[in-house]
Amino acid sequence: MSVGIVLVSHSAKLAEGLAELAAQMAPDVTIAAAGGLADGGIGTDYDEVVAATQRADSGAGVVLLYDLGSAQMTAELAVESLADPSAAVVVDAPLVEGAIAAAVAAQGGADRKAVAEAAAAAGAPPDLTFDEGTQDDESSVELTLRNDVGLHARPAAVLVRSIAGLDAQVTVRLGDETADANSVLALMALGARQGDRIEVRAKGAQAEEALAKVKDLVDQNFGE
Amino acid sequence: MACTAETLAAALRAAAAVIAEHRAELVELDRAIGDADHGENMDRGFGAIVSALDTATPETPAAVMKLAATTLISKVGGAAGPLYGTAFLRASVKLGDAAEVDGPLLVEALRAALEGVQARGKAVGGDATMVDALIPAVSAAEEASGSGIAEILSAAADAADKGAESTVELVPRKGRASYLGDRAIGHMDPGARSTALLLRAFAEAAK
Repeated sequence: MSVGIVLVSHSAKLAEGLAELAAQMAPDVTIAAAGGLADGGIGTDYDEVVAATQRADSGAGVVLLYDLGSAQMTAELAVESLADPSAAVVVDAPLVEGAIAAAVAAQGGADRKAVAEAAAAAGAPPDLTFDEGTQDDESSVELTLRNDVGLHARPAAVLVRSIAGLDAQVTVRLGDETADANSVLALMALGARQGDRIEVRAKGAQAEEALAKVKDLVDQNFGE
Repeated sequence: MACTAETLAAALRAAAAVIAEHRAELVELDRAIGDADHGENMDRGFGAIVSALDTATPETPAAVMKLAATTLISKVGGAAGPLYGTAFLRASVKLGDAAEVDGPLLVEALRAALEGVQARGKAVGGDATMVDALIPAVSAAEEASGSGIAEILSAAADAADKGAESTVELVPRKGRASYLGDRAIGHMDPGARSTALLLRAFAEAAK
């Protein structure tokens, strides 16, 4: 049971295309597209947004994202009209990046608040920090990416999910940039490609387990 | 004269006729600064209210307003749907289970409608939106709250007309028109105009 996601857009194609994209990275999350008017025109359909919100709620709540102003109003109105308005929340986030971040967070088992925060944080600059060398309490492993697309969207999402439940802070370094391994967008922003050598670092009680999981993924080419 | 479910339904039918009559004008206003669909959207929404009133007979003024609200939310696209829907819905809640609406209750409902629109659209006075017609309308209604329904609505409609006129000189800060910046100066906001038209229609119906 994961948090559901509703994509409210003026365009049916935009909502459906984005749902398709996000679903690739979060196969077990219900991502409902609520785009366009019932007659196929451009606009937001209140009844459809309400229906999509109900469809997406498996009991863990729903996070709604929107494209433009009146889609936000329609989404907020739909949430207010629910039997339990606290079951759903409308998030101010960039639609595409927010949807991907929310979907991956939901797939990892995050609760509604954390999914909403992941979406909202997707609007912030990528979480890149300059390399400060390996800290004493960190373990690390160096890995070479062999899969076709490197740390692109799907592999990045798989990596984030693989360590989601672990008690470990994991970062991935490429060159002099380091990304938080909880953030799909930060990992993608590294731009690590096939043949690149990355360093994965972890600290915390399950650091070794986290490193082993990431190593397995890289060894298996992320299941590609 | 107090307002019952029947007279309110009749006022909404009159409002639908006024909106239909001004459909082209609202389209033209919206063409200048938006996407030219406000007149069509409002006409579709109020036409749907008339159809809904043909098949259902809500028993209280609040039920009439709620029927109008849900119809507008579902049938009017763009920002106007949720905004007018919220206005009618908040007014409906304020009317409660009263069988007849008197002057003071009407003024409270107008105030609730304004607050709903502002909460939904986050617009303030001077943003060149329907709020610029609604704020002076509600103030005028409050000043006239000791009078009858017709006088209150008439005062509100007069103030809304002036408020809508004031948007001509404003730089829009909300919605699609805000992308135009200074180029929108000289154009009346279509939402402020439709708000003024609706209040005038209600005022005429109350006479």
